Amino acid sequence: MSEIAQGNVGRRLLFLAPVILFAVLAGYFLWGLAPGRDPRILPSALIDQPVPDFDAGPLAGIGVPGLASTDLKAGKVSLVNFFASWCIPCRAEHPLLMNLAAQGGVELYGMNYKNKPAEARAWLVELGNPYSRIGTDEPGRIGIDWGVSGVPETFIVDGEGRIRYRHWGPIDRRAMEEIIRPLIVELSR
Amino acid sequence: MIRVLFAALALGWASLSLPALAVEPDEILDDPALEARAREISTGLRCLVCQNESIDASNADLAKDLRILVRERLVAGDSDDEVRAFMVARYGDFVLLKPPVKPETYVLWFGPAAILVAGAIGVAVYIRRRGPQRPQAEAGDGLSPAERARLDRLLAGKDDGTSDA
Repeated sequence: MSEIAQGNVGRRLLFLAPVILFAVLAGYFLWGLAPGRDPRILPSALIDQPVPDFDAGPLAGIGVPGLASTDLKAGKVSLVNFFASWCIPCRAEHPLLMNLAAQGGVELYGMNYKNKPAEARAWLVELGNPYSRIGTDEPGRIGIDWGVSGVPETFIVDGEGRIRYRHWGPIDRRAMEEIIRPLIVELSR
Repeated sequence: MIRVLFAALALGWASLSLPALAVEPDEILDDPALEARAREISTGLRCLVCQNESIDASNADLAKDLRILVRERLVAGDSDDEVRAFMVARYGDFVLLKPPVKPETYVLWFGPAAILVAGAIGVAVYIRRRGPQRPQAEAGDGLSPAERARLDRLLAGKDDGTSDA
């Protein structure tokens, strides 16, 4: 009797297998099609790695010094924002960066990526300069060392110069309030 | 005249069917051996902007930078694997169009074969279970001696099947 019952359970499980398989596949497809998911956003290979060695000269005429890897190991949490004047999403996130700079609590550095100095200057004069240091990366080589695939990209670096977070694309209010600010506070402790 | 026209047409057609190359003349290295290695490496590296194209085929700005970087590393004496490792250190395994075989990718690499083997085992078990049923039916058909005797009588035509004796 018990043998027959066991056989039935086994058979039932066998019939369930396609249903389970379908559910798993459907789950993956749903995940892939979710409207909030951007397949271009990839995990950075540099999380928890020390910042790459670099020494980027200043953007002349703005009055702030350039940026080098040693500046990121000075014991303070910093935010490194790759930007360019030709980049429309950078314009969208700019007010949030201005706001962050005004509130303080983090070293806000800029990396001017693949941008003509004159155009970058005009852009910062027009919109304001939130950065206390700006490095220039006109050839985009420093960006490659940071694993940047486009602008804007923003990195949060802890006091020892390790990259702790990378934000791909423009920072929106939600990312600023829910991820970036809390992480800055946490790392500053 | 027609022959010339035909040849021109064929030539034009042949040039159309060549793969569209993004590699620009000023990028190409003078050393053909190094250039061949650079081409081979860059066809296996993903363009981070277009994502489904190799940097060899992509016209994106970043792809051009990476092509030049690959060539620079080769000229500097890097091996092919060192160049790939250089890219992976910056952009992760995603930069490789062919994913590496490592524990995280075992499901990807061996999953299909595992499913095939599981299916084959399932089919084998099914056939083995079903197979012996026929000989079993011949050997013992579950009839009691009385039933068998009655069946024999029926088959011999000596009984109309109404009596139970």
